[in-house]
Amino acid sequence: MTYTRADFQTDQEVRWCPGCGDYTILASVQTFMAEMGLPKEKIVFISGIGCSSRFPYYMNTYGMHTIHGRAPAIASGLAASRPDLSVWVVTGDGDALSIGGNHLIHALRRNFNIKILLFNNQIYGLTKGQYSPTSELGKRTKSTPFGSIDYPFNPISLALGSEATFVARTVDMDRTHTQQMLEAAYRHRGAAFIEIYQNCNVFNDKAFIQITGKEERLHNRIDLREGEPIVFDGGAKAVVFRDGRCEVVETSSVDPKEILVHDPTREDPTIAFALSRLSHGPFGPTPLGIFRKVIRPTYEEQINRQLLEAQSRFGPGDLDKLIKSHGTWQVSG
Amino acid sequence: MSDETATIESPTREIDKVVIRLAGDSGDGMQLAGARFTDASALFGNDLATLPNFPAEIRAPAGTLPGVSSFQVQIADFDILTAGDEPDCLVAMNPAALRANIGDLRPGGTLIVNEDAFDERNLAKAGYDSNPLEDGSLQGYRVIRVPMERLTKEAVKDTGVSGRDVLRSKNFFALGLLAWLFHRPEAPVIEWVEKRFADKPEIKEANIRAFRAGFTYGQATEAIKVTYVVPPATLPPGTYTNVTGNTALAWGLIAAAQCAKLPLFYGSYPITPASDILHELSRHKNFGVRTFQAEDEIAAVGAAIGAAFGGSLAVTGTSGPGLALKSEAISLAVMTELPLVVVDVQRAGPSTGMPTKTEQADLLFAMFGRHGEAPLPVLAVASPSDAFGMAIEAARIALRYMTPVLLLSDNYIANGSEPWRLPKVEELPDISVPFASKPNSPDGRFLPYLRDLHTFARPWAVPGTPGLEHRIGGLEKEAVTGNVSYDPANHQLMVDTRAWKIRNIANDIPPVEVEGDEDAELLVLGWGSTLGSIRAAVRRVRSDGEKVATAHLRHLNPFPANLEDLLERYPRVLIPELNTGQLRWLIQAEFLKRCDGLNKVTGQPFRVAEVEEKIREILKEAR
Repeated sequence: MTYTRADFQTDQEVRWCPGCGDYTILASVQTFMAEMGLPKEKIVFISGIGCSSRFPYYMNTYGMHTIHGRAPAIASGLAASRPDLSVWVVTGDGDALSIGGNHLIHALRRNFNIKILLFNNQIYGLTKGQYSPTSELGKRTKSTPFGSIDYPFNPISLALGSEATFVARTVDMDRTHTQQMLEAAYRHRGAAFIEIYQNCNVFNDKAFIQITGKEERLHNRIDLREGEPIVFDGGAKAVVFRDGRCEVVETSSVDPKEILVHDPTREDPTIAFALSRLSHGPFGPTPLGIFRKVIRPTYEEQINRQLLEAQSRFGPGDLDKLIKSHGTWQVSG
Repeated sequence: MSDETATIESPTREIDKVVIRLAGDSGDGMQLAGARFTDASALFGNDLATLPNFPAEIRAPAGTLPGVSSFQVQIADFDILTAGDEPDCLVAMNPAALRANIGDLRPGGTLIVNEDAFDERNLAKAGYDSNPLEDGSLQGYRVIRVPMERLTKEAVKDTGVSGRDVLRSKNFFALGLLAWLFHRPEAPVIEWVEKRFADKPEIKEANIRAFRAGFTYGQATEAIKVTYVVPPATLPPGTYTNVTGNTALAWGLIAAAQCAKLPLFYGSYPITPASDILHELSRHKNFGVRTFQAEDEIAAVGAAIGAAFGGSLAVTGTSGPGLALKSEAISLAVMTELPLVVVDVQRAGPSTGMPTKTEQADLLFAMFGRHGEAPLPVLAVASPSDAFGMAIEAARIALRYMTPVLLLSDNYIANGSEPWRLPKVEELPDISVPFASKPNSPDGRFLPYLRDLHTFARPWAVPGTPGLEHRIGGLEKEAVTGNVSYDPANHQLMVDTRAWKIRNIANDIPPVEVEGDEDAELLVLGWGSTLGSIRAAVRRVRSDGEKVATAHLRHLNPFPANLEDLLERYPRVLIPELNTGQLRWLIQAEFLKRCDGLNKVTGQPFRVAEVEEKIREILKEAR
């Protein structure tokens, strides 16, 4: 199947604010989908509520724009009953981490073969500017005129704590990196969680400037590459794992052998978690890339196995036998 | 034992019906013993109805009143409709069980007590100042004192069970005694024990020995001079099984999926008294049933909506508190017009209420418990075996009209059982609907909200179908295209259309049937689990030559098309309900017809006598 990006565009007018990072992500996803060549009738986008959740309307695939926070639950039912489909969830920091937190963690631990794209802009956009579960402490918003006192989530730490088998982070502005993460998530068999830093230029502009700014990103963006030592800032800085935690050090100050070599396939999530703790928001050196990528049977595979086993053990379902299975007696006329 | 006047010389009396209640601690195995007695009676050919009654606590403090669990069964040689108003025979395993149940025992009834449990400690726990077995307070009953614990211990020694397990077999001792007293066949009980405890040989042996010891004790004791036999009932010919409402509902859903030629998906979160539907369905994976125990009630309905989008027969099941949580998602199913069956096994509320007691108080919530204008069909199961057919009916309506359907059951139906004349599987209806397979617009586009002209249903196009890619969602839809629309006139049109689609179902459901006198002064109108009590009461009144009619609603939204005419035909209408008047409220609002109510919210079903009394009262007024 050969597609172009246009095959994935719908006739609906895209209605995000001009300059919104969602446009960039939409373009990345459409381009990626065209390149993957998966039949588009096999693809389903499911979203909750929020700016990002308008996404399915703009993807010429199957899609459902559902209710606040529940997209992972709805996707779970679809995936469980239709393992042949490629199911994608589009959600935001309010949708996934506040009202829908429960569904997110359970979808991840069950390891449905669904791909969850969390657009994190650290603000409520659609309701016009309240703080979100990823907003930094002290943030002044419409609902926190004296500053937020809510300690924020670290979405990567949360996903790892939820037993996710694939956890990655990318940023809207870097389309190449976004597409690489999408492809890795797609190729992963199981639940994939991608946090996408997404700029809300109306209510939280430049929240990710430390990662996206031309000057700033040089110093702060840590690219995680499988099999490579983790160094950044033009090689000046490195990440080491000491005393159970990751630390940023001057590369020149350590034995090169001490520099952490990135391996997302480690069964034990300790180091992935430690990497996620390098930053608690995009305010300084922050890793992008795949934190964890391990193989565990998917929910769909297991449910199918149980169905097949039951059929081979008990034969295909016989309704007449079933309703007589508790013992019967005859009444004759 | 309705026939106390039979000859005393005869060691066995034939009686037409008997109501038996077993009562003990919630850990005493009364539900199990009751269920075994019921099954043995069913296989013997009696008509029967059961009423389990147990505390919400799994093991409430032993020996106390809140810990008492009971199981009542009525068996008869004719077509009965309820588990009986008052027991003829009560088995009390301890003082608390006696105290909690003796008030219900028919004057002159038989009381079998486990006298070993009547020590000072247990008497005090039950709040007795003196031992009722000694103080003459039980004079009005035929009391049979049995040292059940001592005899059970004796019976199970050398089986290998020890410690606390020894006395756990005493329910089988009681069951053995009842089996002898009422001439129940032993084989079904023995066979069940052998199968159930196949991998626990000591317990199997202990239970069988205790059962036989109870039976033998009956033969040997001088305390019981007469035994009773209830001959098989003359029911319509056919193959019968004994079934509880939850089991019948689960089997009905499996049948519905077969009738619809679709895979069944059941999303649920454990909740009393609906959990047994999940348990039963999860056992039948060879039917292709996918069960999903979700993280919460919202996820359970959400997953079902996802499965519906994917082309499954999607069902979610819960009880009142869970239905409240599902409300927002059900509105999404209304808006997206996806087929979904929502089962609410009602229990006494509000809030946690009395989770193991019955009530019919979710009707108005089922009707209106959604935001916005969100009508949907509401159906109600009338008895345990009725749940099978109603599950198929709910699925039929959901699929044909592309709508969520609420199917109401309740605790009494869910845990109660009755004989069920099995349907012929090959005669079950075909309820399948075709998926959309090609574009439905001349220009080659797929229009997800282009409706069927008869049913007003939109097409069901499932992912995986090339060329029909489309998006649905909670935002208002433009008619025909399904695109997001804020157009005022379109919203009016869509609200009206969704309402009309549901109202139109009235033309596709069976008319409500009347039993009784066409020219009666009074119609007794019911719904749900009150069927048995109402029918039995009406029959009693009619057998005295009074004129009265009764009708029972299984479709509550929309109402059957003939209901309005029916209501006009009868000057008086009585609506007995286990709530404060919810169907009455609906009927009065819809038809502007003043109705009388008989309302009770004690967590217990109606006694036939209560309904009978109210009917007689109204007939008297009318004269």
